[in-house]
Amino acid sequence: MKALSLSKLNKLYASGVHALRDVDLVVNEGEFFGLLGPNGAGKSTIIGIISSLVRKTRGHVEVFGYSIDREPWQAKSLLGLVPQEFNFNSFETVSQIILNQAGFYGITRRAAHQRAEQYLTELGLWSRRNSVSRTLSGGMKRRLMIARALVHHPRLLILDEPTAGVDIEVRRSMWDFLRRINTEGTTIILSTHYLEEAESLCRNIAIIDQGQIIENTDVRSLLRKLTAQSFLLDIDGRLTDAPELRDFHVVPVDESCLEVEVRSDQSLNELFARLAERNVQVVSMKNKSNRLEELFIRMLERPSATHRKPAQVEKTA
Amino acid sequence: MRSTAVYPGYARQTLIALRTIAWKETHRYLRIWLQTLLPPAITMTLYFVIFGNLIGPRIGPMSGHKYIEFIVPGVIMMSVITNAYMNVVSSFFGAKFQRHIEEILVSPTPNYTILVGYLAGGVGRGLLTGLIVTSISMAFTHIHIQHPLITISVAFLTALLFSLGGFINGIFARKFDDISIVPTFILTPLTYLGGVFYSIELLPGVWRELSLANPILYMVNAFRYGFLGESDIPIQTAYSIIIVFIIISVCLSLYLLRRGVGLRT
Repeated sequence: MKALSLSKLNKLYASGVHALRDVDLVVNEGEFFGLLGPNGAGKSTIIGIISSLVRKTRGHVEVFGYSIDREPWQAKSLLGLVPQEFNFNSFETVSQIILNQAGFYGITRRAAHQRAEQYLTELGLWSRRNSVSRTLSGGMKRRLMIARALVHHPRLLILDEPTAGVDIEVRRSMWDFLRRINTEGTTIILSTHYLEEAESLCRNIAIIDQGQIIENTDVRSLLRKLTAQSFLLDIDGRLTDAPELRDFHVVPVDESCLEVEVRSDQSLNELFARLAERNVQVVSMKNKSNRLEELFIRMLERPSATHRKPAQVEKTA
Repeated sequence: MRSTAVYPGYARQTLIALRTIAWKETHRYLRIWLQTLLPPAITMTLYFVIFGNLIGPRIGPMSGHKYIEFIVPGVIMMSVITNAYMNVVSSFFGAKFQRHIEEILVSPTPNYTILVGYLAGGVGRGLLTGLIVTSISMAFTHIHIQHPLITISVAFLTALLFSLGGFINGIFARKFDDISIVPTFILTPLTYLGGVFYSIELLPGVWRELSLANPILYMVNAFRYGFLGESDIPIQTAYSIIIVFIIISVCLSLYLLRRGVGLRT
């Protein structure tokens, strides 16, 4: 079943900015779906339209088959939203925020108390339930927004940069939590700038740029489109010049580090063989950036502000 | 499995959401009673002391009543109007400003439920303040309410009307200045010129005619009729005007909510 269906979605802001241009997108039930794109690409506009905070100019949106125009009550009941910015009442306590949210969805006080305890415990906030929300740390506020979005047991959860500004430990615990609720049946749409996060969590990904979906596929297929990867090699000793390696593009980062681009038709064995020929000893090696990040950057590379160069990326079938 | 939760029916959801918003709004003004309930009590006490006890005896009777008896209904009504308006405009704009209004907007709560929930807060605070001021007035003069039903209904309808006014103001407000412009430059002058401290019978012809265009005059006089059994204008006219304004304001509020003016991009 389709958890979300967008059809010919357009948004033209009063300022004249055409934020979305005929966006078609389907997210199936049970998916952990990533929505990626640079700043201003249209991700938050899509999320705003789905959650009815932004009025669309044209097109259709359905949540589990319910139109947000004709059946908003049903569509909204099935939807949970974790917005990008903190948008809870900073004068209310953690418990009040969760209980009020449950009330807006018609959940009785008794059931709301049970769910509040469940989610606040799972997200490590139960001990802070009586704290006024403005006294929470950034990570706690993010978790509070997740607990709030889940209190009515939505079938579709949309997260707009849920781990922004959160330390790595909390981020990873949030990933585990999100993976678990996805396994338990909640469809999740994740918009994030942390591509490591998207690669780790999402099975399918759509990339949006300048208001259009430019890629929509599963992560494996997407990564296969990466025709070259850049590696950083820490070497033993000091280099005066970058070694000339046949078929490999080498750039010195500093006197003991090299950046090497390896195409998909080349192997690391070949690279190490070439380096050995030049008596270069590699101490350690790492990807210059996350693979998805590298692909993402290459897909969005633009020679000028207006023309995009699909550099080293195969055409989408 | 989490996602197989049974969702409440439309009527049940709406009722619980209404109760939640109404309680949230009520809890808000009770929590900050130092800002919401105490100031009108102090201000109105000063009105009773200065205009009632100190100046009143020199002014003499007004419309056949002691001056303090004459101003008590107007002063009560003034506090009802101001507090009902300010509660809704500040709460609604605050929710917009902090963006926690989005909590309600993304939920399945219907627009009319949002409106009624906020109005409950405004009407509640308006009437509670009115009750407090009435209690204070008892320390200054003996009050015998002639028509309790009229007194209560006019107070309720006036609180409702000005809560609606606050809601509409809150929808259009973009910054904090916008929520004080209407109370300062429109509401306060109209209230003072609405016969709170004088009978329009005292005014010369053209000013009396002009006063009749002030809707607050009808509310103050209808309320005074409930208290004293005396009014400058027919009670039916007052009810009609209040109800017409309420209907217009409800329609406008629902229209603005539906269009998402000031709320949705």
